[in-house]
Amino acid sequence: MKQLRRSMLFVPGNNPGMVRDAYIYGSDSIMFDLEDSVSINEKDSARFLVYQALSSLRYGKKERVVRINDLTTGLGIKDLEAIVRAKPDVIRLPKTETAQDVIDCEREIARIESEAGIEVGSTHMMAAIESARGVLNAYDIAVSSKRLIGIALGAEDYVTDLKTTRSDGTELFFARNMILNAARAAGIDAIDTVYSDINNEEGFIAEVRLIKKLGFDGKSVINPRQIPPLHKEFMPSEKDLQKAKAILAAIAEANAKGSGVASLKGKMIDKPVVIRAERLLELAQLAYSMPVEEI
Amino acid sequence: MDKLEYERVIEMKKVSAPRGNFNGTSAKETETFFERMHSKNRVLPSLKDAIIKSGLKDGMTISFHHHFRNGDHIINYVMDVIAEMGIKDLTIAASSLTDIHAPLIEHIKNGVVTHIETSGLRGELADAISHGLMESPITFRSHGGRAAAIESGELHIDVAFLGAPSCDPYGNANGYSRDDDNATMCGSLGYARLDAMYADTTIILTDHLVRFPNAPFAIPESNVDYVVFVDSIGDPKGLMSGATRYTKNPKELLIAKTAADVIEASGYFYDGFSMQMGSGGASLATARFIREKMEAKNIHCRFALGGITGQIVEMHEAGLIDRILDVQSFDLIAANSLKNNRYHIQINASYYASYLNRGAAVNQLDFVILSALEIDTEFNVNVLTGSDGVIRGAIGGHPDTAEGASMSVVVCPLTRGRIPTVVKKVNTVVTPGRVVDVVVTDQGIAVNPNRPDLYKKFQDAGLPLFTIEQLEERAERIVGTPEPIKYKDRIVGVVLYRDNTVIDTIHQVDDDE
Repeated sequence: MKQLRRSMLFVPGNNPGMVRDAYIYGSDSIMFDLEDSVSINEKDSARFLVYQALSSLRYGKKERVVRINDLTTGLGIKDLEAIVRAKPDVIRLPKTETAQDVIDCEREIARIESEAGIEVGSTHMMAAIESARGVLNAYDIAVSSKRLIGIALGAEDYVTDLKTTRSDGTELFFARNMILNAARAAGIDAIDTVYSDINNEEGFIAEVRLIKKLGFDGKSVINPRQIPPLHKEFMPSEKDLQKAKAILAAIAEANAKGSGVASLKGKMIDKPVVIRAERLLELAQLAYSMPVEEI
Repeated sequence: MDKLEYERVIEMKKVSAPRGNFNGTSAKETETFFERMHSKNRVLPSLKDAIIKSGLKDGMTISFHHHFRNGDHIINYVMDVIAEMGIKDLTIAASSLTDIHAPLIEHIKNGVVTHIETSGLRGELADAISHGLMESPITFRSHGGRAAAIESGELHIDVAFLGAPSCDPYGNANGYSRDDDNATMCGSLGYARLDAMYADTTIILTDHLVRFPNAPFAIPESNVDYVVFVDSIGDPKGLMSGATRYTKNPKELLIAKTAADVIEASGYFYDGFSMQMGSGGASLATARFIREKMEAKNIHCRFALGGITGQIVEMHEAGLIDRILDVQSFDLIAANSLKNNRYHIQINASYYASYLNRGAAVNQLDFVILSALEIDTEFNVNVLTGSDGVIRGAIGGHPDTAEGASMSVVVCPLTRGRIPTVVKKVNTVVTPGRVVDVVVTDQGIAVNPNRPDLYKKFQDAGLPLFTIEQLEERAERIVGTPEPIKYKDRIVGVVLYRDNTVIDTIHQVDDDE
């Protein structure tokens, strides 16, 4: 079954309380961070804590993602050595600029999997693109490894690289579209960047509406409070669901009569319309199956 | 009328006039009431004078209220004066004690205080008592239990020392002042009112003496013997820490949202319902989510009870709550509302929660939101002792409201740091599981098996339900099994249920190696 990735909750890897409780807020994915939210003198303890948490705590159906440090820093390899052995669902590579970055990381993951007796290829990856160079290489990055389940925009570093700042989203328009098209062309997910003004719920919702309209699968969040409004925006309305069901019924009826095209209330229903309706229903089904979990 | 005529009157058996024939009046007082207020009043020059006049002796019981919370100056001041006068072997019967009362330790060591009755203890005093400071165990009573004990005579108060933010020269006292907005204020004097009514002698200490009549008054002069003017009754900062604020803690918000969903699904959320909420982070946040649901469904609350916060006042002022019954004001907004809002009513501790009071307001509650330090798989709740066995809390109205309300909801995180909240057995039973209906944690809800009706409703609403055992196992899996606390044989506290029967005891903690 497809993994929902409407929300990816950032959790600083050196905060035991948050690491322990991360799964209670209902995000689709949890991203334990060993990189930017962890100061240099906390890197070892964060790595140790996240390793222990992944090994001993249950996170239910939540996808467990770990953001490692850049491999060029020397910390990244230490992170991989520990974390891959704790079998996370996904390793998130920061500051990806080229396909080679992904390939280099994948080689190390494969080696560690093999050493640890873990099925080689079972650890998925995602790549965060956080620079102009990365954005221009987005497609190459997206197709660089079978392990990749998605690519994500990291806007803070990106706007700095562009010599601008974050505002209403105009500055991210090109990057978002590049990343989205690269992801779609590669058949993987596109995850939008964080919205850091956590007290501005209105601004957050506006941004969510924008990225949903563009076609993103979801968004990273830095505070659990952002999860309910995010999910609400991504949840199809009852009206949309009824419409989707009617479309599928109409096309089924047409198919039975040997036609690939149907019409509903005077509108033509062809394959793209059917695919959209199917996706909508799948999303709703996944979303409704989330809240109550075996603990 | 002559004597013979009076004898004829008393022979008419149905006319009751046993006090004899009219014998003239005493001389009329002709000064202005304003002059009289200065010449003939109950104000004494010093607290020492008042204590002497009260006849306070060794072995007696004195009482205090806790409306000034952690800003209280009264208890420490009064005890210093009493100690200086050489009076010993006293019982302190306070409605509650807190961190600021650490100086009592010295008075206990010196034999001035030999017994304490209270709703709670915190800080250094609590720590010392848990380590065996006192010969006699503390009597812990709920707010309703204390009121009942005072009414029944089980708790007899010889002298009540009651701080009041305003008082006139005859003793009409209140928790705010209409004569001067700058006075210290605490809002309701709900606990003090009963003490004044039943104590043999009542002494009001005030920093704000106003002209007669200090109306409206919480404590009428008919219940007051002496008034003492003091420089300070309390520190406004500790007394009223501004508005109790909404939490931004995502875990508390999650608990609160779930609690509001529970209430909505319970059948007790209807147009005209009644409620009580605590002042803890999750309780306060629950009020916010309840408010959203009330507005969305266009329903209102007939009355809110209890310790009152600014959040309740805001809902009242927005027309969502008809009446507020206030036994204790938790913040400045609540205190100001009591002063200014016509339908924000002050009630006393007996009317609030005494099982002997046939009108106890807790019995009219649809639901109450309560907190817990620990709750066990029998649903027993501890709000008194910490995970180390040391006293660090207060019973308050916990058992009173849990029993009185049609649905009691305990909100708590599953674990606090490395300490589990849902446990196999609580250290101290304060509220018996029989009266606790629902537990809401950040990791799911458990319903008391006594309430299959609620379970069904929550199930139909799709709420995340678990058994209390499942929650306990989950907590244990996260933080492990704590080592049992080591206690000594000596009893340092006796916990009474709201009917003043003994529900549990607290033992001295054993820190010895």
